[in-house]
Formats: sequence, structure tokens, C-alpha cells
Amino acid sequence: MKIGHPKNFWGGVLFAAIGLMFAVIAFGVSFGGSALLPGYAMGSPARMGPGFFPFWLGAILLALGVIISVTAIKTEGGKEGELERFHWGPVAYVLTAIVLFGLLLKVVGMLLAGMVLIVGASLGSGEFKLREILPLSIFLVVFTALVFVVGLKLPIPLCPDIDMLQTFAVCRA
Amino acid sequence: MELLSNLSLGFGIALTLNNIFYCFIGCVLGTLIGVLPGIGPIATIAMLLPATFVLPPVSALIMLAGIYYGAQYGGSTTSILVNLPGEVSSVVTCLDGYQMARQGKAGKALGIAAIGSFFAGSVATLLIAGFAPPLAELALKFGPADYFSLMVLGLIAAVVLAHGSVIKAIAMIILGLLLGLIGTDVNSGVARYSFGLPELIDGVGIATVAMGMFGFSEIIRNLEQGEEREVFTKSLTGLWPNWEDIKQSSGAIIRGTILGSALGILPGGGPVLGSFSAYTLEKKLAKDPSRFGKGAIEGVAAPESANNAAAQTSFIPLLTLGIPSNPVMALMIGAMIIHGIQPGPQIMTSKPDLFWGMIASMWVGNLMLVILNLPLIGMWVKLLSVPYRFLYPAILIFCCIGVYSISNAWMDVLLAALFGFIGYVFIKLECEPAPLLLGFVLGPMMEENLRRALLLSRGDPAVFFTRPISLTLLIIAGLLLLIMAAPSIAKKREEAFQESV
Repeated sequence: MKIGHPKNFWGGVLFAAIGLMFAVIAFGVSFGGSALLPGYAMGSPARMGPGFFPFWLGAILLALGVIISVTAIKTEGGKEGELERFHWGPVAYVLTAIVLFGLLLKVVGMLLAGMVLIVGASLGSGEFKLREILPLSIFLVVFTALVFVVGLKLPIPLCPDIDMLQTFAVCRA
Repeated sequence: MELLSNLSLGFGIALTLNNIFYCFIGCVLGTLIGVLPGIGPIATIAMLLPATFVLPPVSALIMLAGIYYGAQYGGSTTSILVNLPGEVSSVVTCLDGYQMARQGKAGKALGIAAIGSFFAGSVATLLIAGFAPPLAELALKFGPADYFSLMVLGLIAAVVLAHGSVIKAIAMIILGLLLGLIGTDVNSGVARYSFGLPELIDGVGIATVAMGMFGFSEIIRNLEQGEEREVFTKSLTGLWPNWEDIKQSSGAIIRGTILGSALGILPGGGPVLGSFSAYTLEKKLAKDPSRFGKGAIEGVAAPESANNAAAQTSFIPLLTLGIPSNPVMALMIGAMIIHGIQPGPQIMTSKPDLFWGMIASMWVGNLMLVILNLPLIGMWVKLLSVPYRFLYPAILIFCCIGVYSISNAWMDVLLAALFGFIGYVFIKLECEPAPLLLGFVLGPMMEENLRRALLLSRGDPAVFFTRPISLTLLIIAGLLLLIMAAPSIAKKREEAFQESV
């Protein structure tokens, strides 16, 4: 079977899947007498439980997703409807760098984690030169430390979480 | 003359040294990110939320508002000089602005854009001051059922006025509503969709979602496109618009202001729609439409006035009803809540200093932008010569620090990365992220009002159709959907957006 508008078709599938997930979690799943997922209490319209609103929203999203997908099969999308290329390079570099920053921040401090973020994300630009990015990363972490930690006094750890280093005034900023 | 005393109260607050300073910071930052492509007001406001913790609420909101309308000014600069809109709302300005620059009239184009924006900003400030009080008074009569219906109408209108597929946008809204429900349910204390993660018990922050979907995914999208820019700096000599130019564009400025103000109030309207429609209107009214696209000064004046007017009037629903009309306003709601202010019609009476101070600051900010921007254009243009490969790491580290600092939680950084990925997938599937953010803010409010309305009516859903206010709002929402479903109109709508691009 040929799908006329793959972009809308997969969009619909995605919506339907998410809607189904939300509805199922709200409703709960039990298998053979034991509850696999407890679900949230539905209540009645007059006394709504926590499951009522999300369950129905999930159900509506599921329905919308199905409608979008089914219409997409018949529509002739032409070039517009084709799926665009998914650029894994920038996605992987940028998002991995952000995740690393989040994981490292409390462990090694903002200065080092920030450099990891900048160098890592720069690898995704396709024209990476370490001799350009390294000075840039040093400049940027110092600048952000000055603005956010020294200037705005936000409690962001600057140094690695080692007792010895905490004696330095910079690390306690 | 209540208006005058209110405005003087506002100016008294906006003109304190402190608030002038924060207004200035907001305007300069707004212009900066307006000039820079690849970062918009949504990501910037999200990024700066934690920085406003130390400020009093009035100063914080004045600064955040300054970023928003400052970005409209900045966006026009790059459209004219580089043919590269810094913001979506300045896309149409490229058409004639860049042509004017090529003809050596860059100074004229920039000047008329600034004059038009200032005029529009001043009118819009007056409009907010005049319209907000009666609207807020009306809103005080709203019961839970009316509020629920108002939100339904707001969300539907947001979809109809935005471009792209209507049904996909509705799906995005529902997804946003669902994401907004993550966290502890206030009535029962049940932690919903938290997947056992303690970080999710308080729900996902709006700044986290906004940063991921508008900051990170935009960066990835920009990276895949590569860059090419050509800056027109040589032709940038002090050619101010002369009397003739101003006379020629005065009609366009006035029409742009009216259209922009009206569209800004509507949910989903805002600057983008304002500038597009103003350009189309001018082209229709012109004696010689063929001049457009070849450097017609009206083609710069009208959209630039309209986007600035709309940026400001979109504060009206926020300040009077507590309902956001676009993603930036959704973030402003987030900012208000962080500062302990419950958005809604009661703001005006309970916090008149905040309300009128913010309105007055908009006029002050507009004045600042005119005075500041024209002399500083040279500096902004220099910034554009910074290659994107140096720019985006800087944006990334500011964003990451911003996300982390909102509640000092590293988990938020990871969540933002996840939303960045989701946002990129949705960009690829041509699903606009803006409706999702609106739904995200309204999710808990809608549930609460639905709950209360049905509790009061003992579970009878007829309450939405028997209350006159609620019924009217629902009928309008239904009509909007019906109109959209009519094939001929759906086609016209596509054309309206296509034509100006």
C-alpha cells in the first residue's frame, strides 16, 4: 500500500501513540486480577478524579491521530508530503552535549561542564576547529560565570565537587 | 479622567531609575536577539526567568516585556540590511526593505521602520490603557464554566489564525494540555505521569519546555541548513526619511497600526499575523501594486507598525483575562506565577502598580528603542558578521544555565534536551510547536475550571450551554471551526499566508 502523505501519516501515528499512552496510564491496566498499572481514579463528572481529564484528553488525541493518519493515506501529498531528511549529526552532538552538561554540572562544576557542552555541541557544526572552539569555550564559561554567578548571584557550582577545592574563594562564589 | 490618573500612577512607577534601567536592559537584549537569527524572544525570556528572581515583580515583568517588543525592532534591522529576518514577524519586511537597501536607501527604510514602530507602540499603549479596565471588569463576572469556554475559544482561535494544518495544530494543543497535567494533582494529591521520578512531582516547568522546543530544536534546525549571509553595510549612510517619505507612508503606518492592534488582541494573532496581513492590505490598496517587492516604502512601514502594535496589544488578554494569546504571553504567565502573582482580572485592582507600571513602561521602552536603535545599528550589523558556529555554543550555554537555575535541578537540563528532540521531530513532521506551549499553560487551568463548573452543576454538562456568556463563546468557537472546514475558505487562508511569503 502506498501512503500519499507520509509526513502527515507518521505525525498522526505519533499523536495516536502518545494519546494512547496517556489514556492507558490514566485508566490503568490489570491483567488476570493483578493490576499492572494502578491508573488514576476516574470519579464522576460532578466529582472528577485525577484520571478523568487526562483520560479523555488522551482519548481525543488518539482519535485525532487516527483521523490524521487515515486521511493521509488517501491524500496525494506529492513532494510536500514526503518525509524530510532527519539530520542525526547535529541532533546527536547538540543533545548529547546538553545531557552531558546536565549530568556533569554538579560533579565537575560549571566551568568544566560548560566547556564540555561548548566543545561537544560545536562538533555538530560540520566545520569544527579545536583551535577556534577551545578559546571560545574558555571565554564563554568565564563570561557566564561572571554574569550569572558573580553578577546575578545564582547558586551554580563552579568547581569540581572536591572538598580540597572548596577552600578557594572562587569555588565558593 | 480615571485614565489619566491611572497612567500617571503607571508613569510614576515606570520612570523610577530602577525600572528605567530594567526596561533599558530588556529593550537592548530584545533588540540583540531580534537581530540575531536563530534565537527568538521565547528562548530568551525562558533563559532570563531565573535572572529575574532577585528583582521585584514589576521590574522583572517590565524587563521581560521589553525583550518581547524590543525583538520586533531588532528583527526589522536584519530584514532590511541582510534579507534575513531575525524574527518571523519581520519576514515580510524583507520583501521591500532589502530592495530599498539594495537601492542605497537602507537608512530610509530603517528610519521609517523605527518611526512606524514608535507610532504603533504609542497607540497600542493607549489602547491597552483604555480597553483593559472594562474588559477586566467583564471578566470578573465570569464563572468557571465561562472560563472553560473562553479557553476553548482561545485555543481554537489560536489554531485558526496560525498557518499550517488545523487538525495537527489541535492535536498539538491537546498534547500541550496533557503535558501541562504532569505533576501533582492539586485536588487529590496524586502524582500524575511522574514515572516515579521525584523531579516530575512538581510538574515540568514552562521554561524547560519552551527552551527545548524553541531554543534547542531551532539550533539543530539551523545547523542542518548551513549559512549564507551578505550584509549591506556600505549603503548604510545617514539617509533619514525625509518629509516626502513620511507623508507617503503615513497612511500605511496608520492602517498597519489599526490592523496590528486588532489582530494582536485575538488569541493566536500577535505580531506574525499582524505583519503579514498589513503587507497584504497595503498591496491591495496601492494604486500601483507592482511597486511592491521592488522597494516600496509602504511595504516596510505597514508591517513594521503592525507587528509592533500587535506585540503590545497581545498583552490585553493576558492582563485582563489571565489567558495567553501566544507562546510569549504563556511564558509571561509563567513569570508572573514564579513571582507569586496569579494572572487574571483581579491583577488590575489588587496590583494596580504592577498593571499600570508595566503599561507605562511599554511607552517608555518604545521611546528608548527609537533613540537607541538608530545610532546603534552599526553595532548590531557587526554582530551579524559573527559566524553561526560561534554563536550557537554561546546560546546553548546561556540556555542550559537558564534551565538549570530555575530550580537548581540538573534534571531540568535533561528534560529540556528531551523536549529539544521532540521539538525537532515535530518540525520535521510540520507540526507547529506554538499551540503546544499555549496548551501547556492552559492545561491545569482548564482542568480546574472544568472541575469547578461541573461540581457546581452537579455533573450536568448543560451548564456550558445554559450560561449566556459560556454559550456565546462556544458558539463563536464552533463557528470558527465550521468556517475553517469550508473548503473554499480553507483555500483562501492558505493563499493569504502563501501570498506574502
